[in-house]
Amino acid sequence: MVATFEPKTDYKVVGTRPIRHDGYDKVTGRAIYGGDMKLPGLIWGVMVRSPHAHANIKSIDTSAAAAMEGVFAVITGADMPKAPSKLVDLGEGNINFKWASNKLMADDKVLYRGHPVAAIAATDRYVAEEAARKVVVEYEVLESVTNVVDALKPDAPIILPDMVGDDLGEDVTNTNMAAHVRHEFGDVEGAFASASHTIEREYNMQMVHQGYIEPHNATATWDEEDRIKIWTSTQGAFPARTQIAGILQVDVSRVKVTPTEIGGGFGGKIPVYLEPIAALLAKKSQRPVKMVMERTAVFETTGPTPGARMVIKLGADANGKLTVATSDIWFEAGANPGAFIGPAAMCIYAPYEIANTRIDGWDVLVNKPKVAPYRAPGSPQVAFAMESAVDELCEEAGWDSFKFRVDNASKEGTRRGDGVLFSKIGMQEVLEAVKECDHWNAPLGDAPEGKVRGRGIANGYWFNIGLKSSANLAVNTDGTVQLTEGSTDIGGSRTSMAMHVAEVLGIGAHDVRPTVGDTESVGYTDVTGGSRTTYATGYACWLAANNLVDVLKDRVAVLWDIKPDDVDFNDGAFTSKAEAAKSIGFKELAGKLDDLGGPATSTGTVDLESAGDGFGTHIADIEIDLATGKSDIIRYTALQDVGTAIHPAYVEGQLQGGAVQGIGWALNEEYYMQDDGKMANSSFLDYRMPTTLDLPFIDTVLVEVPNPLHPYGVRGVGETPICPPVAAIANAIKDAIGTRLYNTPMNAGSILEALK
Amino acid sequence: MTTNSPSKVHVTTTINGQQHELLVPGYMSLLDTLRELIGLTGTKEGCLDGNCGACTVSVDGRIVDSCLVLGAEVNGKNVDTVEGMATPEGLHPLQQAFLEEAALQCGICTPGFLVAAKGLLDNEPSPTEGRIRHWLAGNLCRCTGYDKIVRAVQKVID
Amino acid sequence: MHPFAYVAPSTVAEAVAVLNEHGDRARPMAGGTDLLVKARANVWELDAVVDIKNIPELMNLSIGNGGLSIGAGVPCYQVYDNSEVAAEYPGIVDGASIIGGIQVQSRAGLGGNLCNAAPSGDGICPLIVHSAVAKISGPSGDREVAVEDFATGPSRTVLGKGELLVSIEVPKPAANSGAAYTRFIPRNEMDIAVAGVGVFVQLDSSGKNFESARIALASVGPTPILASAAGDSLAGKPVNDETIAAAAALAKDAATPITDMRGTVEQRKQLVEVLTGRMIKQAVERARG
Ligand SMILES: Cc1cc2nc3c(=O)[nH]c(=O)nc-3n(C[C@H](O)[C@H](O)[C@H](O)COP(=O)(O)OP(=O)(O)OC[C@H]3O[C@@H](n4cnc5c(N)ncnc54)[C@H](O)[C@@H]3O)c2cc1C
Ligand code: FES
Ligand code: FES
Repeated sequence: MVATFEPKTDYKVVGTRPIRHDGYDKVTGRAIYGGDMKLPGLIWGVMVRSPHAHANIKSIDTSAAAAMEGVFAVITGADMPKAPSKLVDLGEGNINFKWASNKLMADDKVLYRGHPVAAIAATDRYVAEEAARKVVVEYEVLESVTNVVDALKPDAPIILPDMVGDDLGEDVTNTNMAAHVRHEFGDVEGAFASASHTIEREYNMQMVHQGYIEPHNATATWDEEDRIKIWTSTQGAFPARTQIAGILQVDVSRVKVTPTEIGGGFGGKIPVYLEPIAALLAKKSQRPVKMVMERTAVFETTGPTPGARMVIKLGADANGKLTVATSDIWFEAGANPGAFIGPAAMCIYAPYEIANTRIDGWDVLVNKPKVAPYRAPGSPQVAFAMESAVDELCEEAGWDSFKFRVDNASKEGTRRGDGVLFSKIGMQEVLEAVKECDHWNAPLGDAPEGKVRGRGIANGYWFNIGLKSSANLAVNTDGTVQLTEGSTDIGGSRTSMAMHVAEVLGIGAHDVRPTVGDTESVGYTDVTGGSRTTYATGYACWLAANNLVDVLKDRVAVLWDIKPDDVDFNDGAFTSKAEAAKSIGFKELAGKLDDLGGPATSTGTVDLESAGDGFGTHIADIEIDLATGKSDIIRYTALQDVGTAIHPAYVEGQLQGGAVQGIGWALNEEYYMQDDGKMANSSFLDYRMPTTLDLPFIDTVLVEVPNPLHPYGVRGVGETPICPPVAAIANAIKDAIGTRLYNTPMNAGSILEALK
Repeated sequence: MTTNSPSKVHVTTTINGQQHELLVPGYMSLLDTLRELIGLTGTKEGCLDGNCGACTVSVDGRIVDSCLVLGAEVNGKNVDTVEGMATPEGLHPLQQAFLEEAALQCGICTPGFLVAAKGLLDNEPSPTEGRIRHWLAGNLCRCTGYDKIVRAVQKVID
Repeated sequence: MHPFAYVAPSTVAEAVAVLNEHGDRARPMAGGTDLLVKARANVWELDAVVDIKNIPELMNLSIGNGGLSIGAGVPCYQVYDNSEVAAEYPGIVDGASIIGGIQVQSRAGLGGNLCNAAPSGDGICPLIVHSAVAKISGPSGDREVAVEDFATGPSRTVLGKGELLVSIEVPKPAANSGAAYTRFIPRNEMDIAVAGVGVFVQLDSSGKNFESARIALASVGPTPILASAAGDSLAGKPVNDETIAAAAALAKDAATPITDMRGTVEQRKQLVEVLTGRMIKQAVERARG
């Protein structure tokens, strides 16, 4: 039985904007991120990486490197424990230890450019890099494939010869197709036959990277008791521990992961890349080893979200009712299985009520880095296709596309593309907010000579996961509370956790001192990802705080010599049910605890289904130079159902950051692949993420439809904002120049092409 | 004056107002000199090729990417890092504004933005929004979309 | 990165001696914004880096009746922060103020831009259209080379073993002249030119006719290109849309770009035409004051 909660409005702490607890350390440079780790005797590790995207390793000679002065350890694929094929759920995506291990260090074959083939530990980074250049590897270069169309051709080179693919439940071998799934509801064929308007279009997207500014890093020790300690920038200390232990083939209790401060992740710091290697180097050198990844390797070997080919077909009746939709989507998995076709199927039709739907999704291997979650993995891709197609259908039929979105909006009871029925959702409320908002009602304004303007709108959806979280509380005698929680904090979440506790206990946000725990100081907690953190870990904190109230009631009962059941707690004060005048505040009680039985502590743990569905709609105004194709976003508004905003400033920040990542994706970002499988633009210079000069202020509208599944109505917010932008911008470009673009990036070159 | 002289360079430099004497390998960046030799890890590494600005420090009052400066070059110069912004009296107004405006999410870019923004305001007390965006274009932030960063800088101006 | 020694000579002669001794295993460093990136990416294996910023001549920026002298180590910000330079050489300031962001401009200079010899170098075309000359010192003495002849290919220059760029000398522009440079980039800063165009125009005293013009193109060939036919086509012609369009079309013909991740041949050619037209107009505006 899932608990549900009535919405409240009379909050004292929830909804305020306290300064975040970790803020002082972060604006003064004191905060310790993974790359800042120092340990006595620390040495540096580096990877030796393949220059080829696909090749057999004929031989590796590490002798010259090993002989160099200052080199302490060299390892190759031969030193990797042989992890068995075993699928483990990491919260936002699964991993198979066998593939995960192979991704970290090649065995006898390299599968993507930058694939590690050896690793070296030496006195410092400069010596280690010099030694890495002395490793001699003989390769037999194989043909590589870098897109889904080539990868599925009958004569395509097979990337993982021992992979067994799953084609609608049937095993298939000797293929690059890892999986094919289908969801079908209603009578698709019949609905198309009776539709009065149909369109069918193909859309393509290039791979893009999460683009966190902090490179991956790991510091490891391996002691005589075979206990492994890891410090790392990770989105989840516990899932990192699961992976490290699985790859190293040791029990999880042998591995202690301490999450450092983390410089961005967006999903990309859920998988581990360096940690097990640093541990093996530490074991071999008997010294602590630190590794920090080079930026080129971050692009070439970590992260990206799948490039996609998508064919979508829509049908509507004469009254503008969307009656049928089908789609075929091919996602690039990279060199191991696991593109996000499941989430794509869940998201594609979610903003609409459509009686008849089908989606077929293929998970396809290519010689590129294995994809990792990136903010709503799979959803921005299908939103680009769906929201572009909706506009096109409306253009063909002569309908207003906003009215069409309102008329067909999903609501409680609507069936999602994968069959799930929605409970209380906020799509309609968000669209109502669009009608009211400044931006939607403001004219586009006249473009300067030689330029044109356009406006686009698009919806986006993410389902927001729940999962496991834990929190511990301990009361200090000065009336403050220590909170240890298991979610790593990437954007101010520990303050939201503290606010949950403060709201329950009737104390200030800064009376709670939050700490992100390591894997030996708090219970299991899933990743900071899936938009679950404030929801699930906040819920655990709320539970812990309520449990603490119960503990304290016992102490008050001792103090007053009454029964615990006769103690009430309201607004930060304990009172006696029998004697209304008897009252003691939280702080005063804290000061007396030493005489009332000693320290008061509590815990809270949850394992939740879902953080409630998140819907958003974005409006983008673009200005385009007709002579050069250069575009500028001149106004942008992100509207979203955020449930209850615990700390509104950080909720706005999530909407703004997600929108801007989407803007980058739409306009310039891409993996630009050469024929030999090399990413040509693997630097921040050429990858072209938006700078501050490329953007206007990003307006936000927080629509607060409280989530009944959380005590304060929290809904996940972090991922939905990256779903609408690409399509909103595609629709804006169409509005501006009269031609539609079907491929990302929609850069100046392709706009110029379209203007011909 | 030959290159057979020891490969470490004797450097006397003032960092955040304090004099340091160092032996720096000729090839070592100012970023590593600060982080590895002196232990000032507030200055961050994001790319090592001048494109992210996370490593921004000020040398003789001009902001630079410390990954593209050699430690050996700062002999006789004044280097200021994020660690030197706050005084015993309290945070620098920019630091305070970044906190109040929620101008950081993960915070890895924050030291670079703070040092860069200080470099602007030290010379131009009331820049326009456009000027702020132009000055900060060498600093990447992937989390915030820059909105709250620009607003925090504007807050200090008002 | 191969570990290298840091050498900081205080005279040209010392610098030349060290460079000569090491041949291609040593390089001069001005701002280091190209050099350190390339050393780190193992484009070069260096035993020594020769910091030229302690050599007074190389740090000199002076402006007078003889023209403008820019020492090889002078960073961009000193060029654009100098109000006299900004007033007389706005085209050079156009280039200097878009190289990288503020941090890069604190270090990077026009000398390094020229010696780096990237086809996309934003500092080079403005110098070419101003008929600037590079002053070089080397083991066998000093020599001068026109800036348009300085680059011989991508990352290749006329500099021989042991040679050092000392300064760039820009003649004083005559009255009724003006110059401008721009480039096309997908972002608004921190980007490498897809195409760039620099223009210098000399008008007659009426300001209605071109006396002469020089047009140079960036990022559309193996080196920056002096588009002589395009510039010459304006000589003696009236300033109007037609003459400007004709010159822009000739500039487009002079471009020999390739297709790469930054742009296609067609896109780049079209950009050259568009930007040439725009820059001629801007240069004319500046010439008219
Ligand atoms: C983030 C970033 C952005 C950039 N953006 C741009 C841009 O927008 N436009 C652009 O054009 N460039 C750009 N660049 C490239 C670079 O900044 C410029 O080319 C700059 O002008 C180089 O100047 P420097 O003083 O730093 O040269 P250095 O790196 O010191 O030297 C460059 C080359 O010239 C040689 N050299 C230096 N001085 C001498 C000398 N006196 N004699 C002989 N050889 C010498 C060096 O050995 C080296 O080969 C960018 C670089 C970075 C890191
Ligand atoms: S680390 Fe220096 S600019 Fe990125
Ligand atoms: S706050 Fe994370 S990069 Fe700026």
